[in-house]
Amino acid sequence: MIKTHWQFFRPLEEDSVADVRIYLKSRAQGDVLPWAAQRAAAASYGMTVAAVEEAALTAGLLPARYQRNRKTFSTDDQLKFFRTTVAVVGCGGLGGYVVEELARLGIGRIVAIDPDVFEEHNLNRQLLATVERLGTSKAEAAAARVSEINPAVSVIALKERFSKENGLRLFEGVHIAVDALDSIFTRLELADVCRQLTIPLVHGSIAGWYGQVVSQLPGDSTLHTMYGRCAEGAGVEKELGNPSFTPAVVASLEVAEVAKLIVGRGAPVRQAMLVVNLLDMEFNKFKIGC
Amino acid sequence: MIHVVVKLFATLREGRFAEETREYQSGSDVAGVIRDLGISEKEAALILINGRHADLSTQLNDQDTLAIFPPVGGG
Repeated sequence: MIKTHWQFFRPLEEDSVADVRIYLKSRAQGDVLPWAAQRAAAASYGMTVAAVEEAALTAGLLPARYQRNRKTFSTDDQLKFFRTTVAVVGCGGLGGYVVEELARLGIGRIVAIDPDVFEEHNLNRQLLATVERLGTSKAEAAAARVSEINPAVSVIALKERFSKENGLRLFEGVHIAVDALDSIFTRLELADVCRQLTIPLVHGSIAGWYGQVVSQLPGDSTLHTMYGRCAEGAGVEKELGNPSFTPAVVASLEVAEVAKLIVGRGAPVRQAMLVVNLLDMEFNKFKIGC
Repeated sequence: MIHVVVKLFATLREGRFAEETREYQSGSDVAGVIRDLGISEKEAALILINGRHADLSTQLNDQDTLAIFPPVGGG
């Protein structure tokens, strides 16, 4: 069992949310809070739907959108998700799916980082890429998509290229980082920044039929061990490209790792690498010394 | 001579194999094996011998299992 290394809980301003809690309890069906009531409470009490969501969760009420999560995640788990900030570095193939799944899971704050705009060759695989969005920002598309899915989730869209120079600034308030980059060199800078901030990094990368996933926890240097010999070079994706299904698979595995790290259950792929081969349909886990 | 189980992953299998027991001269190192297989050094991003991280210069012993992974860096 892994212990979480960061603190989720901050003091609540009990007085300011007491009234809205009474209202929410009056509108709840059992312990489930319908979206209409969440939205009405926000309007009546001059709060954001996010603030209402936190008030509901701290009162033991589950926003109805999470009903199908609840056999997997408790209302307390949902509160942990809500109080977590996850940075998604790259909003392309992996990042589009990662942002989507984090928002549907109920992660309270997502920092979406990508300097690029959509191009035609993104349309084969990137969830956020649409014909309408060609030429527009990937990070802003992530924010727009989340606001359609789950307005209780805050997205900070940063149109910047991540590096070790700006990493500390971009990651202000971030509890977990998700690697959705397309450069090995930048990945290793991301790994360094996460080590410096002592935050977990969930790594994923893809090429053709293949992918890999690693959770690098504070103190580990798994990514440097994996890539150390080819830090400057390109991966095999430069020749293989990426089809539609590989980013969806690997992004989902990354989000599962994020969820486990937040709730502190299960066994992340730590000091190990999960190797995914969709051509031969093999999933193998190898230990990697840290 | 030594016998080494060589496991290849992802693109390294193409035109080669997934797993084979191969015979090498005693004292052979990883660099010699990947040269024998026609794999370039930059294609061998991660090398594990018996599940432990190894390098090109690591010498192989009889009955070792050598696993070679290419760099996968897309997103």
